[in-house]
Amino acid sequence: MHRKSVSYAKWGYIFIAPFFIVFAIFTLVPLVSTFYNSLFENYTVMGYQQIGPNFVGLDNFSTIFDEENDLGKYFVNTFILWIAGFIPQIFFSLLFASWFTDLRLKLKTGAYKVIFYLPNVIMAAAMGMLFFTMFSQNGPVNSIYMKITGSDAPYMFFTHANSQRAIIALINFLMWFGNTTIMLMAAINGIDPSLYESAQIDGANPTQTFFKITLPLIRPILLYVLITSLIGGLQMYDVPQIITQDGLSCDRTSMTVVMYLQRYLSVSKNYGMAGALSVILFIVAAVLSMIIFTTVQEREPKKKKPAAKGGK
Amino acid sequence: MAAPVDAVGQQSNARSLLIRRIICYVILTLFAVIALIPFAILLVNMTRKTTDIQKGFSLIPGDYLIKNFKTVMSKHDWKMLNSLKNSLVISFSSSLLSVYFSALTAYAIHVYDFKLRKPLFTFILMIMMVPAQVSALGFVNLMNSWHLTDTFIPLILPSIAAPATFFFMKQYMDSSLPLEIVEAARIDGSGEFRTFNFLITPILKPALAVQMIFTFVTSWNNYFIPALILSDKNKRTLPIVIGIIRSADYASFDMGAVYMSIGISIIPVAVVYLILSKFIIRGIALGAVKG
Repeated sequence: MHRKSVSYAKWGYIFIAPFFIVFAIFTLVPLVSTFYNSLFENYTVMGYQQIGPNFVGLDNFSTIFDEENDLGKYFVNTFILWIAGFIPQIFFSLLFASWFTDLRLKLKTGAYKVIFYLPNVIMAAAMGMLFFTMFSQNGPVNSIYMKITGSDAPYMFFTHANSQRAIIALINFLMWFGNTTIMLMAAINGIDPSLYESAQIDGANPTQTFFKITLPLIRPILLYVLITSLIGGLQMYDVPQIITQDGLSCDRTSMTVVMYLQRYLSVSKNYGMAGALSVILFIVAAVLSMIIFTTVQEREPKKKKPAAKGGK
Repeated sequence: MAAPVDAVGQQSNARSLLIRRIICYVILTLFAVIALIPFAILLVNMTRKTTDIQKGFSLIPGDYLIKNFKTVMSKHDWKMLNSLKNSLVISFSSSLLSVYFSALTAYAIHVYDFKLRKPLFTFILMIMMVPAQVSALGFVNLMNSWHLTDTFIPLILPSIAAPATFFFMKQYMDSSLPLEIVEAARIDGSGEFRTFNFLITPILKPALAVQMIFTFVTSWNNYFIPALILSDKNKRTLPIVIGIIRSADYASFDMGAVYMSIGISIIPVAVVYLILSKFIIRGIALGAVKG
């Protein structure tokens, strides 16, 4: 328990004031106003004729779920782009994290960690632009492709739905596998080393140790990684936006939910629909957050006296 | 060094360990190469002439670096240098504000006993994952009505409330800020605000620095919200310029200049990262929710 310091309580309020005032002004008020907007018909026709705002209740929500609005398709796109990057990401991150922390292997890991994490600090928009340029008709990838196959026509990566999606997933994978590797390393380092020692004495091989000790014990972190990645994936915007240029290419097969939101916000200026879509996004993110929140809370008591802190 | 087993087992163990180690290094190196190739291509093509770039790929640098740079600078609708400056101003100010005020908030929750302490802590944890995009509509409308679009305020001021930074600082304080220090400062007659500014922040320095780098990078790379707030040519940040280069008539572009503009957006952050990498890598592990 903390020592009583009742007379200092007012300082607590003073110190947190800027944070909560700013939060209220720049997040809470806009959030409420976004929700409020979702109940109104409010858009511009042909860029000049303003319709509304007229109160329409929940009409925007029924409109957005209409077949022709393709919201389902954009959710599916977002999910495909996310999962195609996430599966290799979690696979290799687990593999590398277990190698990096293997007491018998004793690998030199410093440089690898630095290189693997590098793409994560790079601007996603620039990363998208770089890959778009690399895979374009006369980019380096096609010049290598044509040399190897002897074909005289370049492969048009950005006119096929699958290759376009694969490139976006590849960028997501490259940007995030280093981060996940380091997170999982911290988790594995937190496991009591005596467990590994006794497994070794009992003659367990690395594969057995991994599946019987490591994997079960880092399950909470794996869940955390999964959900944060899912919430991140839900917000996917920069890379596909740059690669596909507004998402229209390949019959919108790489248009994500947030790209769709951006179209309502700045292209069609349909604020009612943008509001409804925001509410839907909020609900999905909130449900996912609740899962993390409850798992973090569950571990809270255990964390009080942690034997292992992440990097010291 | 070797595991305590019989002599035969020991020998085969050592050999299989060596083989395993080699396999690990080969695969790890392969992935390091994959992660670095895009940047190698970028660096090389930044120095090459567009016609050479289009002729085919080569790892040999050209001598067009300065020329490409000049081409980028001469593109008046890109305003690369100006955008670089804008990105710097916004990222630096927001990382400073974010780190200071979020640490102050974490400190208050850590040190003081007040009624709303627990509920507010829970509240911040709950809002941590809410994506910025869901309030974007209201945010842009509000900034519009306050005539703050095309200013940097909407991109800087909100970073005062950074739940992720708060959470990280709170974790750090839990592990390395004993309350006795605060008590001792009080006995010495230090005011609460003074204690935080001059006694506590030096203790928090490693965590503050790591968070400052992270917030800087996040702000530097931010595309969605700035693109909604800034439309004036002179106010653009780098990601917006990248978007504009992409959406303009791409085929007619000078490829050397395109690579150069990507390089200008990427290299400053990459260099800072490489210099501070040890520090940053340790910071990511620190920020991971501990098991």
